[in-house]
Amino acid sequence: MARPGSCIISNLTTLTESAQMKDINKSAPRTMPIQSATFSQSINAEIRRAAATGIYDIRGGGAKRKVPHFDDLLFLGASISRYPLEGYRERCDTSVTLGTRYAQNPITLDIPITIAGMSFGALSGPAKEALGRGATAAGTSTTTGDGGMTPEERGHSKKLVYQYLPSRYGMNPDDLRRADAIEVVVGQGAKPGGGGMLLGQKISDRVAEMRNLPKGIDQRSACRHPDWTGPDDLEIKILELREITSWKVPIYIKVGGARPYFDTTLAVKAGADVVVLDGMQGGTAATQDVFIEHVGQPILACIREAVRALQDMGMHREVQLIVSGGIRTGADVAKCMALGADAVAIGTAALIALGDNDPRWEDEYQMLGTTAGAYDDWHEGRDPAGITTQDPDLMARFDPIEGGRRLNNYLKVMTLEAQTIARACGKSHLHNLEPEDLCAVTLEAAAMAKVPLAGTDWWPGKKGDSF
Amino acid sequence: MQTFDLAAEGLRKLNATLHAQTASTNQTSWEIVNPKGSHAIAVGLDAPMEVNVKGSTGYYCAGMNKQATVHVHGSAGPGVAENMMSGTVIIDGDASQYAGATGHGGTLIIKGNASSRCGISMKGIDIIVHGNIGHMSAFMAQSGNLVVCGDAGDALGDSLYEARLFVRGNVKSLGADCIEKEMRPEHIELLTELLARGGCDAKPEEFKRYGSARQLYNFKPDNAY
Repeated sequence: MARPGSCIISNLTTLTESAQMKDINKSAPRTMPIQSATFSQSINAEIRRAAATGIYDIRGGGAKRKVPHFDDLLFLGASISRYPLEGYRERCDTSVTLGTRYAQNPITLDIPITIAGMSFGALSGPAKEALGRGATAAGTSTTTGDGGMTPEERGHSKKLVYQYLPSRYGMNPDDLRRADAIEVVVGQGAKPGGGGMLLGQKISDRVAEMRNLPKGIDQRSACRHPDWTGPDDLEIKILELREITSWKVPIYIKVGGARPYFDTTLAVKAGADVVVLDGMQGGTAATQDVFIEHVGQPILACIREAVRALQDMGMHREVQLIVSGGIRTGADVAKCMALGADAVAIGTAALIALGDNDPRWEDEYQMLGTTAGAYDDWHEGRDPAGITTQDPDLMARFDPIEGGRRLNNYLKVMTLEAQTIARACGKSHLHNLEPEDLCAVTLEAAAMAKVPLAGTDWWPGKKGDSF
Repeated sequence: MQTFDLAAEGLRKLNATLHAQTASTNQTSWEIVNPKGSHAIAVGLDAPMEVNVKGSTGYYCAGMNKQATVHVHGSAGPGVAENMMSGTVIIDGDASQYAGATGHGGTLIIKGNASSRCGISMKGIDIIVHGNIGHMSAFMAQSGNLVVCGDAGDALGDSLYEARLFVRGNVKSLGADCIEKEMRPEHIELLTELLARGGCDAKPEEFKRYGSARQLYNFKPDNAY
């Protein structure tokens, strides 16, 4: 049995050792705090936001997640086996004619970059005007959107595509006949299978009147058309539209990037002159974040499948293919052409060219709890740049003439970039670019674009090869 | 009276001929024979003329009509008078799905029954049905009047906006946010006029009125059923 005194000594010794250990621990290597890749800070913040509010997140824009994209493709350029065109002097055409299959009056555009459908309501009237001004100056078309055709948009757009949407807001035969083409919207890349919602904050008197609804209430856009349900019905619907417009204007069918081979096949069967294919990076005015990020395919995965469908029917180049969803540069345009598209459409990039998400408004983005480049609550109508709003004071910040000038500049730069690449590949027209001009720097991109992985002659799924 | 044989001359010529009529046309009365269920008959008209279709029609007869009176002496296929702007469309027999869909104005009179989704997304049109209507009728109907002298199927007026629905018979079920509302004198007056316009001898007092509860007008998470 130990004596009491020895016990005290023993306890003192233990305390001393403990203090020494503590000193040692301070300098010892230790495990770093590790953030979970699964439960990332942004995911956790969203869980907390959902828990606090009980409301799922609605936002504008397209998928923000990183997906295989055009950056994962490279052009090979000319070499001994390929003959380039001189960069500035030799001709490289950019024009495209859309609607050659049935329409009496196909649309010929100077450049193969069109402006995608964006509604009056989601955008201000001056912003729509700017899109028309810029597109017209650049020799291309712009597109209406849900909510009908405004006089300023028609007036400033030499070539205007009129969208025929499930909501039929503002739809009337006079505007239908005023259009240069009709785009039957079956789906869009941000939300294939989904409808839309324009929140009451953006329903001004004018927007309400155009949509036959009271001011200030949320306006839903249905996810499917009210008077047809399948491809056989769609064929008859297109017959009706052609009869109303006397077979004069091209009819496009727009689909989201869901099942591009079958959707393209059915669109052609239904009588489309043009198929518009929108990948998941394509923007929307407003829908659920979960929809934007988790439904649909990247545009890179869609183009070759749509082209394959057209080729299988002998319709490639007879039915034109417009692709969209995350197109930003002339390189992206050239890559779309090389993969078999006839033209591209831009939406988000056009808004950025107009001034959306510009750092000059950073202080106000901060006040809205966001930052330039990340602002996506377009549906709330408080856009500091005055583009995605119906607020008169905010709208007044935006100059449609200057906006049009900026958009025209941007379209010109994209076209010059695409021409630069095409000439380097020895092509006298953007449409002469071909998959053979490309390689991929990732396995995923190689599989989706069906072009060889760089340094190989192989891509996953290539016929005759197997793992 | 101008007579047009659709089987002999074809759809394109028919619509082109009717489109060529202007507001000052002297050829105000047309008869279309041998329609044989063809689609897109008399679509996109825009003149004050009367078109009598002697038989049944396929999809979208009188689609986007303006000013004209189109009288189908038979039954009509899906989407009759879709997106009509003005004028009158009369169906002697039954109408298939989506009758009067998204119609902005004018009057659609169906003397028989109408199938599902009658008046879907209507935006100002007046629809008078002498018989019954099918399920999901007046879905997301925005404005205008739907009068049903018979019964209505399931989910009447689902997600309704400001359209007014009058039903004399039974309603199998009401859709989300659609409720029965009081028939006030102004509604009796309105219904009296609609019934007269539709050639119905029903009494307005026998009808019930349905409209929007306006609970889905502003987004809430609970709106997602």
